[in-house]
Amino acid sequence: MDLLGLIKELGVIAAIAIAVLLFVLVVVLYLVLKLRWVIARIQSRLGPNRTGPWGVAQTVADALKLFQKEDIIPCGADRWLFTIAPAIVFVPAYLVYVVIPFGEGLTARSLNVGAIYISAISSIGVIGIIVAGWASNNKWSLLGAFRGASQLIAYEVPIILALAAPILITGTLDLDKIVQAQAGGFWRWNIFQGLPMLPLAFLILLIAGLAEINVAPFDIMEAESELVAGFNTEYSGMKFALFFLAEFAASFTLSAIIVTLFLGGYQPPLHVLGAQITAKLFGVIPLFSLISLFWFLFKCWVVVLGIMWIRSTLPRVRMDQLMNLSWKALIPAGLVNLLLTGAYVAFWMAK
Amino acid sequence: MNPIQELHSRFPDIVFTQQKTNDDVPTLWVDRFRVKEVLLYLKSEAEKPYRMLYDLAAIDERARRTPAAQPECDFSVVYHLLSFDRNSDIRLKVPLRGEYPSVSSITDIWENANWYEREVWDQFGINIENHPCMRRILNPPDWVGHPLRKEHPARATEMPGYTLDEDKQQREEEELQVDPESWGLTPRDGVEHMYLNFGPHHIGTHGLLRIILQMSGEQVTDSAVDIGWHHRGAEKMAERQTFHTYIPYTDRIDYLSGCHNNLPYLLTVEKISGIQVPDRAQVIRVLLCELFRLESHLVWFGTFATDVGAMSPVFYTFNDRERVFDIIEAITGGRMHPQWFRIGGVAADLPTGWDGLVRDFLSYFPARIEEYDRMIVRNSIFKQRTKGVGVYTIDSATEWGVTGPNLRSTGLDWDLRKKRPYSSYDQFDFEIPTATEGDCYARTLVRIEEMRQSVRIIEQALNNMPAGLYQSENRLAMPPRKADTMVAIETLINHFLSVSWGQPVPTGEAMVSVEMPKGNSGYHLISDGGNYAYRCHIRTPSFAHLQTIPMLSRGLLVSDLIAILGSLDYVLADVDR
Repeated sequence: MDLLGLIKELGVIAAIAIAVLLFVLVVVLYLVLKLRWVIARIQSRLGPNRTGPWGVAQTVADALKLFQKEDIIPCGADRWLFTIAPAIVFVPAYLVYVVIPFGEGLTARSLNVGAIYISAISSIGVIGIIVAGWASNNKWSLLGAFRGASQLIAYEVPIILALAAPILITGTLDLDKIVQAQAGGFWRWNIFQGLPMLPLAFLILLIAGLAEINVAPFDIMEAESELVAGFNTEYSGMKFALFFLAEFAASFTLSAIIVTLFLGGYQPPLHVLGAQITAKLFGVIPLFSLISLFWFLFKCWVVVLGIMWIRSTLPRVRMDQLMNLSWKALIPAGLVNLLLTGAYVAFWMAK
Repeated sequence: MNPIQELHSRFPDIVFTQQKTNDDVPTLWVDRFRVKEVLLYLKSEAEKPYRMLYDLAAIDERARRTPAAQPECDFSVVYHLLSFDRNSDIRLKVPLRGEYPSVSSITDIWENANWYEREVWDQFGINIENHPCMRRILNPPDWVGHPLRKEHPARATEMPGYTLDEDKQQREEEELQVDPESWGLTPRDGVEHMYLNFGPHHIGTHGLLRIILQMSGEQVTDSAVDIGWHHRGAEKMAERQTFHTYIPYTDRIDYLSGCHNNLPYLLTVEKISGIQVPDRAQVIRVLLCELFRLESHLVWFGTFATDVGAMSPVFYTFNDRERVFDIIEAITGGRMHPQWFRIGGVAADLPTGWDGLVRDFLSYFPARIEEYDRMIVRNSIFKQRTKGVGVYTIDSATEWGVTGPNLRSTGLDWDLRKKRPYSSYDQFDFEIPTATEGDCYARTLVRIEEMRQSVRIIEQALNNMPAGLYQSENRLAMPPRKADTMVAIETLINHFLSVSWGQPVPTGEAMVSVEMPKGNSGYHLISDGGNYAYRCHIRTPSFAHLQTIPMLSRGLLVSDLIAILGSLDYVLADVDR
């Protein structure tokens, strides 16, 4: 490759990276605001409504506030690890978006091992949590990190088992192709395929995913009524903001994965609502991918809403119950499910 | 059989001096060397034994204006025992001579004597021999003197100004370092423990409370509870406020129960003064008390749900609590601390339209209880978190002085509203909810059902509010009746004096306990004929409940400890007084 080509390639990568980062930031800003509104409604409160029209600037104001805060590093902390931990948590949450197909032709990099990439990348985040807990030199943080470590080990397995089922059925690891396979109406979505294996895989992914992104009822590593704030107890200012952003990015990531693998990705629920038809009707070609982007975001939003609902309703499970749920329920169920899916693919779909 | 005769026949060689008190609790003076035998007999040998050490306190006897009819002494220690089987109490007093006398510990008979005896030493300087872990409990460790002794000043203005210099701050900080040995925490051999300072500032403790956790991983192998952060000397204040002006202080003992706190105090004062409270005032008191019971249980429910990780219920219950406050505000003018009951009645008659407010609330609230029941109590995660966690048995609860819903969750239907009806509770039709398991979940069930019963009581008070006076006509009632003031110059002077100097209460001694939302609370009041209490000891339920935390949480996880703390429903102001 010549130098010019290399520079061009790097430029494209940088442009994509910045675009995705901006997208993540905007989505997170919006999600935080939406989350606060939705949770406020659930809790019969008003929610933010004073900063800007309808309170839309609240999240920005909060971010600015966090920017101004003193960045405290406790004297007994491991400075280097303490500083790098928020980045270890934040970067993977952001890297996952590289392979997510946001719309038709709107994939940053379409990898042929996309599904593996997702599960590999998203599990790095927990390492950051463990590092943060260890480096803080605080017993609460350490307890949170311990919990995080055991949660990581327990919940990686069911997630991968659940991911494997739609992959087996569609026969590809490429997320773009998985989405394309689900075209043609909502009954073609993976969640309605291979009954009852894929719906079960969907459930396992949802439950294990909630645990993986650390929200209630599985928020045991933060568990504010128990561990003060868990692994991020000692963090302040921008470092805390990164943890905060990563957490919200993670709930969007989870819903993006769920939507891509099970809910038809950017495919419209009915063919008539899709881009091709709309384009034919109105003759507007650029809308082509934007409409699919809309469907993707809309579905993600619905899933995130569900996560928020669960989060503000359920009590928190205990550490040992969380482990039991994974080892004694989700993993066996996932294994059986995988076996059945395999049999289905081999004996039923082959015909 | 009369317990006094019983003791005389069992211990013919011991001299029991009987003292007359206004509350008809048999009160006997026993020599300090023989008291342990008597206590042991009453606890374990006697027929229908006195199984619960209900209260333990001391009295500085050196400054009485009028000598009491009792053995001569400088200090006395009071052991107040309770028998469920007999539904009666007995009070043993030990006369002590000298500046800093000694008495031997009874922690080997009742484990819950531990904190009470520490308090006796902390407040009076009375030495407790053979106490397992003697250190200050309510006052800061570097406090000089023993505040409840009569020579100790009662006001900050009588003491040198408080300063916090660098050295002192350093010492205070060092005091917070965990020293397991000094807390009686002994590590098992060959096991390395992590010591965790749980508090004084922690979300799960509902106020300033420090629990020193000895942990192995996340398992709590042992713990020690450090209280006193909210101590404000409520008992000392009673000795410098008139009987009337002390009422606002009682509101702040269990700060979630507002003027329900006035009730045990006023019943005691009224018992000593011999005041009959008019029917209407009694039912108004019941109405307010039950509203506050609802209010307190709502706060408990919301915060408990938060403790086990449910984010939303606290908003719902605080919303409903606001509606209760609306009624309380319309009636009393205050919200959390209305200080609205008075000696001999209440401060004012019910306002016009109060019944409409209460009726609206009653048509709204029962459906909400059902919603809480569906949302949290029947939630399977909630059940998993609370069932089998922090278990009291009837025996352990009795041993540790546990009362209220926490005791009833073990299956014992001990409720003073039924067992020893006061303030017209015997006129009401309601049930005493109990459960059998004694765990966090059972405590939840009992309190939820208690809310339903409170609604019933409020409904009956609403429909059957008697007419009549809201304030007793007894001349000892406070405040004095305005109508009698402007009759002659003497009546005006009388009015002026009793308002400004306070109305004297006749010489006497009594303790009346009532069923507060959190358990049995009682005021042990001694009057030597002045307008101030000579001694006021407050028996609070939270103090007893908090002492059981190490017992309840041993061997469980930190998350369980949080669930236990939430389910016990204590208020730290109630613990530290």
